[in-house]
This record gives sequence, C-alpha cells and structure tokens, in this order.
Amino acid sequence: MAIPRFMRAVQLRAYDGKPESIAVVEMPVPRPGPGEVLVRVFASPINPSDLMFIRGLYGFKKPLPAVPGFEGSGTIVEAGAGLMPRFLDGRRVACAAADANVRGGMWAEYVVTPAQFRITAHQIADIIYEKLTGDVGVFSTRIAYIAKQGTRYELMVADSDGYNPQTIVTSTEPMLTPKWSPDGSRIAYVSLENKKPIIYVQSLATGQRQVLANFRGSNSAPSWAPDGNRLAVTLSRDGLSQIYLINADGSGVTRLMNSPGIDTEANFAPDGKSILFTSDRGGSPQIYRLTLGSGAVERMTFDGSYNVSPRHLPDGKGFIFVRRDGGRFNLAISDFATRQVQVLTQGADDESPSVAPNGKLILYASENGGRGILAAVSSDGRVKQRLTAAASDVREPAWGPLTK
Amino acid sequence: MNEPRSSSSTLMLCTTAALLVLLGGCQTTPKTETGVPVEERTPSTSSTTTTGSSAGGVSGSATASTTNPLKDPRSILSKRSVYFDFDRYEVKDEFKPLVEAHAKYLSGNKSARMTVQGNCDERGSREYNIALGQRRADQVKRMMALYGATDGQVETVSFGKEKPRNPGHDEGAWAENRRDDMVYAGE
Repeated sequence: MAIPRFMRAVQLRAYDGKPESIAVVEMPVPRPGPGEVLVRVFASPINPSDLMFIRGLYGFKKPLPAVPGFEGSGTIVEAGAGLMPRFLDGRRVACAAADANVRGGMWAEYVVTPAQFRITAHQIADIIYEKLTGDVGVFSTRIAYIAKQGTRYELMVADSDGYNPQTIVTSTEPMLTPKWSPDGSRIAYVSLENKKPIIYVQSLATGQRQVLANFRGSNSAPSWAPDGNRLAVTLSRDGLSQIYLINADGSGVTRLMNSPGIDTEANFAPDGKSILFTSDRGGSPQIYRLTLGSGAVERMTFDGSYNVSPRHLPDGKGFIFVRRDGGRFNLAISDFATRQVQVLTQGADDESPSVAPNGKLILYASENGGRGILAAVSSDGRVKQRLTAAASDVREPAWGPLTK
Repeated sequence: MNEPRSSSSTLMLCTTAALLVLLGGCQTTPKTETGVPVEERTPSTSSTTTTGSSAGGVSGSATASTTNPLKDPRSILSKRSVYFDFDRYEVKDEFKPLVEAHAKYLSGNKSARMTVQGNCDERGSREYNIALGQRRADQVKRMMALYGATDGQVETVSFGKEKPRNPGHDEGAWAENRRDDMVYAGE
C-alpha cells in the first residue's frame, strides 16, 4: 500500500478554547523512527479527555502546534528500524497517544506511535476483544521459541506479536521443547549442551536455572501439571522412553505406565486429571489418553500411521495434534465428544503446535524456503498468519499463560 | 571428539591423519540407489576378529603400543555407524557383524566405555524423534549385550533430529541421518 507524503489532520495552535485555534490542515505524514510504527487511522473518538486537552485543562500539555486525539484504531502500515517484522504489519490495532512525550495525536489520517505503547494497545485490544467476542484476549501474553543461527541456539521470549524479543538462554548446542509454567514465572526446556538431552527449569525473573532431570540416557518432553508443582517427562533411564511424573524441584520420580515401546510427548489436561501422549505401542505413533486416577489408557487417533504432538485445548473439549499424510505433516484438531478431526494447515512440515490461552489461535513451526518460521492458525482453520524472524531459523514456539 | 594428546609420535599422527581421511570420506560418500553410503557396508574382507566364537579376539588391546584397532582403518572397529530404515529402529542384518565386533571389543576390554548416539532424519516431531533416536541407540546396546558387552560399558543417548550429519533435504541426506554413532570414551 502506498503511503502518501501529505495527510489531513486536526491542528491545535493555542490552548485557549477558541474556534480559530483549531483547524484541519495538510501536513507531512510522519515517518516512523527506530522503535516506532506508522498507523493509518480508521477512527478516533472525541472523548471528554480530548475536550479538556484542547482547552488546556488536561493533566499535561503537548508542545504547540499539536495534533489532538488520545485514542483511536487503525492499521499498522509501516514499522521503523529495530523492530522485528512483522506480525502486526497489516493488522488492525488500537492505539493510545495520551502521553506528554508522544508528539502525534489520533485526529489525523496517520500517526506515529512508539513501540512501548504497544503494551497499552495490547491491553486496549484485549478489552475490546473480550467485550466483542466474550472471549479472553491474548494480545498481552508472551511467547517463547528457539532461534538458531549457524551453531548458535537461543531460547527467546517475546510479546505475542513477536516484538521485544529477549534472549533467555544461549547455547552452542540445540535446545528444544520450551514450556511455560502455569504461572508464567518459569520455563522448562531440553538442552543438548552436555551431549545428551537434559531437562532444565529456569526462572525468568532471576535467570537462575536448575536441572529438572538428568538421568541415564535421554530426558525430554516436559509438560507442566496445571498446579505448577509437577511435570510429566519422558525418561529412557529404565531402558525404554517412558513417561514419568516428577516434582518441579526434580524429586519424586514416578513412572506412569509400562509399555513395550516408545511413550512420549505427555500433555496435561487443563483439569490435571488426564494426560494425552504419543505412543507406538500399537505399531505406529498414535495419540492415547491416560486417566491418572484409574490408570486407564484409551487410544484417541485412528486415521493414518503417524499422529503425534497432542496439545489440549484450554476448554478441555478437544486437542490439537500433528498428523502425517502422504509425506506432509500438518496440524489437525480433534473433538473429544464427536471424535471429528479437521485438518488446519497445509504446509509440508508443520510441527510443534502451541495453543493460545483462549484456545482460539495456535502457534506452530513451519518452514519456508528451507528456513524455519513460526506461523499461527485459528482453531477453525480459517485465519492463517506467518511470522518471520529478522534472521535465523526459528522453531519450537510456546505460548505463555495469561498474565494478571 | 577430542584429538588424542599427541607426543612427538609420528606413528600416532599418521594414524590420526588416516582416521581423518576415512571420516572425511564418509561425509562425501557417493550414494547408492537405496541411499545408504557405500563405505559403511560391511566389507567382505573383514578382519579375522569378526567371525567365529573366539572371545575378545581383537588383535591389539587399547594399551598396545602398536596400532589401536579402534582407529585402524583396516579394522572393522574403526567403522562406527549403523544406519536405519525410515521410521524403524531394528538393526538390519548387514550391520550385525559391526555391532558384534564392537561388542566383542568391549567384552575383551572391560575398562573400555562407549556411548551410542541415536539420530533421526529431519522429518516429524522433534520430541518423537528424540525417543526414536533413543530406541535406535538402545537396540544396538541390547544387541551388544548379547555378545558380551556389560551394561556399565555402554551409554545410550539421543540427538533426535537436532544434529544431522547431512544438512540436505533429500532421500540421500535422510538415509545418512537415520543413524547410530558409536563413540568410545576419550575420543
């Protein structure tokens, strides 16, 4: 979309409340600098705060001439340097310009807003989303993922739109399976830095980490119980890859099942009473459910020879998984009640799904031009979006919990 | 792998160079129609230690002053990789002599230690591939136990699909990456 050089905007010349002090003028379209975005404004209200502001009666004044208008919505049409492209590019956002340090205002065809106001925008967007849909908004959540650049691997945490990436762990060996604790304070992950898979739990606030599981053989596939005190993990220490429960401090290892083959990829149900997992006990990788109280195991997938990576939906009514069909790997959704399966994606190599806390969006890893990328699909399969990192090969996304 | 700390021994340097040449050759092997690199097929002219029932019949122990059989390109023991079919973890017949040879080496050298590293091709779930690679490693360990290696001598780990030897995206690369590597302690 072409961005014009000039736009119409309301311009305030004096804080005296006189009609001649405010007018619609032509002015240059502002350009976004580092850390800023340019928004094409769709709508902006005239709020009591705006009326106070143009009369000089609000809590602060902006240098004159100023463009009034504290709130609005629009579409991001350009991002300044330093921002990671581009989950929001083309997306509609709500913005706020109610800060003395923000020169622009929303009573204009275009406005530049600094990146830090995206947090406010996210909160506004969450509120609007919740009021319109009745669902909880997830704009102010965070995501984790692994970025690979040559032989450097980084565990990253970013806002749910990909902005503000922070490096949590750096390693010259691969890492996989980052998993947020239910309260968002810790991340469990698998690292090959000691030439074998070991599970760590790291505190985001302190950066301190501890070994969760380093038993003989491979330790992998952590999944937090909803109470945050235990995890299900896959350990090969007894000769086969099997699923165990373990306390978050690494104590209390309890084997859950005894199968003759591979059991892995445990995923706790939201009520904590059952676990979905992947097993080849039937001859090929399929998804099963273990009820923790009774120990009963039930097979959940029946079509095809490769169904893996189960992830419960937060409402407990179904699960997302990955199926292989004719050499392609795609995400699918299965409903517990109807057993119906719907394929959601059409890539060649889609993997590692992670469901948003409101159950409406699924983040996953895909590939594009030989490079790993992240993508998102709505739970009905209708809306798809590709996220690309500035450099690197990204994989293993994990959607964090709602923050209070 | 760490290079052995070398004294001024010319023999050690030559042997190391020969090993490097051999390994270098493995990484650029011409592919057969089945995609399995040619060099890793069991040679028909294997050394005398791979047949028969002689226990621990490897010529030259680890402490011998002459050529270390683990690094001797003429010895089957310098071959360290077992390749697997797609989605499978069974050790194919063509690799059984190789596994047996290493098992008998371990059986005859109780202080020797080995790690079997399991790998997968790039397709499919990362975590399922960690488990599949682990199963491939454990299959080799299980087979070596039958030939006299003790449990404490063999560790098994999996790299899943995380550390491919061949970065390609075709059948040849995939076949090369479905693989166990046997690595002795100190290498």
